[in-house]
Amino acid sequence: MELLMAILIGLMFAAATYLILSKSLLRIIIGTAILSHGVNLFVLTMGGVKRGDVPILGLKATSAYNDPLPQALILTAIVISFGVTAFFLVLAYRAYQELDSESISKTRGHEADDE
Amino acid sequence: MSLLHLAILLPFFAALLIPLIYTWTKKIHTGWLVLPIPVILFIYFLSYIPKTAYEATTASFNWIPRYGINFTVVVDGLSLLFALLITGIGSLVVFYSIFYLGKNKERLNNFYAFLMVFMTAMLGVVLSDNLIVLYLFWELTSISSFLLIGYWYHRERSRYGARKAMTITVFGGLMMLGGFILLHIMTDSYSLREILAAGPAISNHAFFIPAMILILLGAFTKSAQVPFHIWLPDAMEAPTPVSAYLHSATMVKAGLYIVARFTPLFAVSGVWFTVVSVVGIITLLWGSINATKKNDLKAILAYSTISQLGLIMTLLGIGAASLHFDSLSNNLYAAAVVAAVFHLFNHATFKGSLFMMVGIVDHETGTRDIRRLGGLMRIMPVTATIAFIGTFAMAGIPPFNGFLSKEMFFESLVEITHLNLWNVETWGILLPVIAWVASVFTFVYSMIIFFKTFTGKIKPYLLPKKPHEASLGLILPPAILAALVVIIGFFPNLIAAPILEPAVKAILPTLSGADDFSIHIGFWHGFTPALLMTIGVVIVGIFLYKTHRFWKPFLTVKIPKWLRIGKAYDNSMFYMEQGAYRLTMYVMTGWLRTYLNYMLFSFIVLVLGTLVITDSLNFDFSNLTQVTVVDGVLAAVILVTLIGIVFSKSRITSIILLGAMGYTISIFFVIASAPDLALTQLVIETISVVLYLLVFYHLPQFSNIEEKPKFLSVKTLLSIGVGITITLLALSAYDTTFYESISQYYIDNVYKEAAGKNIVNVILVDFRGFDTLFETAVLAIASIGIFAMIKLRLTKRRRKHENE
Repeated sequence: MELLMAILIGLMFAAATYLILSKSLLRIIIGTAILSHGVNLFVLTMGGVKRGDVPILGLKATSAYNDPLPQALILTAIVISFGVTAFFLVLAYRAYQELDSESISKTRGHEADDE
Repeated sequence: MSLLHLAILLPFFAALLIPLIYTWTKKIHTGWLVLPIPVILFIYFLSYIPKTAYEATTASFNWIPRYGINFTVVVDGLSLLFALLITGIGSLVVFYSIFYLGKNKERLNNFYAFLMVFMTAMLGVVLSDNLIVLYLFWELTSISSFLLIGYWYHRERSRYGARKAMTITVFGGLMMLGGFILLHIMTDSYSLREILAAGPAISNHAFFIPAMILILLGAFTKSAQVPFHIWLPDAMEAPTPVSAYLHSATMVKAGLYIVARFTPLFAVSGVWFTVVSVVGIITLLWGSINATKKNDLKAILAYSTISQLGLIMTLLGIGAASLHFDSLSNNLYAAAVVAAVFHLFNHATFKGSLFMMVGIVDHETGTRDIRRLGGLMRIMPVTATIAFIGTFAMAGIPPFNGFLSKEMFFESLVEITHLNLWNVETWGILLPVIAWVASVFTFVYSMIIFFKTFTGKIKPYLLPKKPHEASLGLILPPAILAALVVIIGFFPNLIAAPILEPAVKAILPTLSGADDFSIHIGFWHGFTPALLMTIGVVIVGIFLYKTHRFWKPFLTVKIPKWLRIGKAYDNSMFYMEQGAYRLTMYVMTGWLRTYLNYMLFSFIVLVLGTLVITDSLNFDFSNLTQVTVVDGVLAAVILVTLIGIVFSKSRITSIILLGAMGYTISIFFVIASAPDLALTQLVIETISVVLYLLVFYHLPQFSNIEEKPKFLSVKTLLSIGVGITITLLALSAYDTTFYESISQYYIDNVYKEAAGKNIVNVILVDFRGFDTLFETAVLAIASIGIFAMIKLRLTKRRRKHENE
């Protein structure tokens, strides 16, 4: 299972990197979304994918729960990445409105702007 | 804070007041109000002469005691000699500048403020005992010299000269600071006297030679030794009083002061002797030859200063031998130090007067070009007399003081050939030969200065002004210096016992024990080799002067352009700027993708490199969890959506596939026993997809701007690299447990301590509630940000304003 997950996460990172390196803003945002999925899965896998019970007391009489700490961390990460993604999306929307272009080729910084 | 500290800082405080005084007193020349300061200081330092003959005076003021940095002042013979030169010539220069700089034309407040800061800095350099304080004052001399050279800042040449002097001397200053710090590491003290006392004990330390070289670099750059001499001729763009003061009599001797000061410490090494005397003698020859080529009087004097500084440096180098040989050879090498100190004093007198003389000539005729000048003797007899004394003293002709020190110089050089230390015997013979040749050239340029300016025919049609004798105010300061030249020429022992002897004892502390050491400068030695050398200098010098115009062109042609040090400096500056510019332009493309490439590439190299170097790439597949069918199916779905997103040509497909991936992941959370995660993931993924679709409505098709995916592009390679790195990292890490998870605590205490059964939720709001607080803040900021982005339209509004 860990081997499978490791390869899958590697593929997700590769795809995310590929998308982030493209010219279209929307593709870049999709890339970051895939990247955060990858990271979440990475945290979960590294926390151990041992088969345990749902970490809620009293559901079953066992004490072999799955590790609750990575879950709490991922939950926080999901919410934060959602906030950032939402902001980024609106930013892309505004950038397109102002620049009439979605390509980041058009958004190159110019030194002449400072003068 | 003793009187000595106040003496050092007095000009500095004056500099603070000068701008005020300048604005209040418009009618009187500011120089008159400044003049008392150096005069008072000069008299004050004169009062130290009797005391210093027996012992050094010390005064300390705590500044940063915790780091051993205290403003400690020590007046010994060497410091006193310099302090007297600084304040004495400083007084004359201030007096001279009153008549030289016009009251209405010049910004006198700047001039005198800079000059007073310089005087404080210079007094601080020669009187400080603490190396850090010394360095502080050292840099202050560089800065004030920079300001003074660039005094007429509207001239391009002034700015260039100021920048060049700053670059080179600050470079040397920083090197010297490095040397000081190394000394501190070796001796655990910043106090000069303590370090000098530690002397021989550290001579085998690994830092000893580096510290020596670094400190010498500082001294050589300040004292304009080859190849760092190039700033001095360009510094001649400064007003003449500044040239006379800083660039002949005081600041350029700061390097000599450092060399003399550190002689007791470093002279135990042969490297010191070799470097100091060889650099000195090369500078002596180079400066004297170059001086004969120049047509500008100030340029001649600049190169002559370089050459004379080289002479003193050589003598200080030879003097280093005295620490090894004096018991055998009856203080013969100490005589070199005596000669050095004596010539240092003499040079300050005659060079100061010569610069002032050139200033007068410039002031009265409007030019400094020797091709235009001539026959001024009849019009300006007093100036001509001063020039005569100065140039003949410089050339080393009796009865002036330059003759005496040059004789002593020759004697020391002849003596050095008998030295059988550090393999000097074989090459040592070169030293007197080079020195003799250099003296011939010195004679030639001295004659050029005097005879081309004051004899021959006057050419009134070439002169911008109608020449006449200068006013008494301009004449008086150089006349005082010239009088000193003559008086010391006749009665050298006037200064020998009270001033030179303590100075020599400060440089060579081993002599302090020998009470029978005393300097007696005799005018007549009998027919020594040195006298014969001087006679030879005069004869060959006269011949070369007479034939000057025949051989002068050869000097200019012989040195190819690329070999010129000044040119090399300009080129190196140019190429450094160009190189930095090109590098920046090459690396900083302005494209986001370029920077991402750098970052991803470094990530791959650093992470993989670390894994390989630390031998952490160990895969242990024995402890894997069983893969179920559901896991396999979910992984396959995620893989399919990934491929679909990467290769999809339409944005709607990408977005839908992204949503599919998010839902699959939430199912994955379900089977990983994480219900809260699954719930959140499901909701968030839904909202995200809605958002994507909303924005999607406003964005154009993206496929048309996307190039076709090529396998061997940087992009593909980097993506594959990142994927492989992450996979390897995950595989190397998953089974590595260094210690138990802390989660057992949460599981045990979730109900007991926090009264909850959902462990994840209790962690979020109770055990680790702060995370949640700030995650909420992130959401709040994101929503406010989105609101602001949509609502605020500053540019549009501004555009509207412009249109209206």
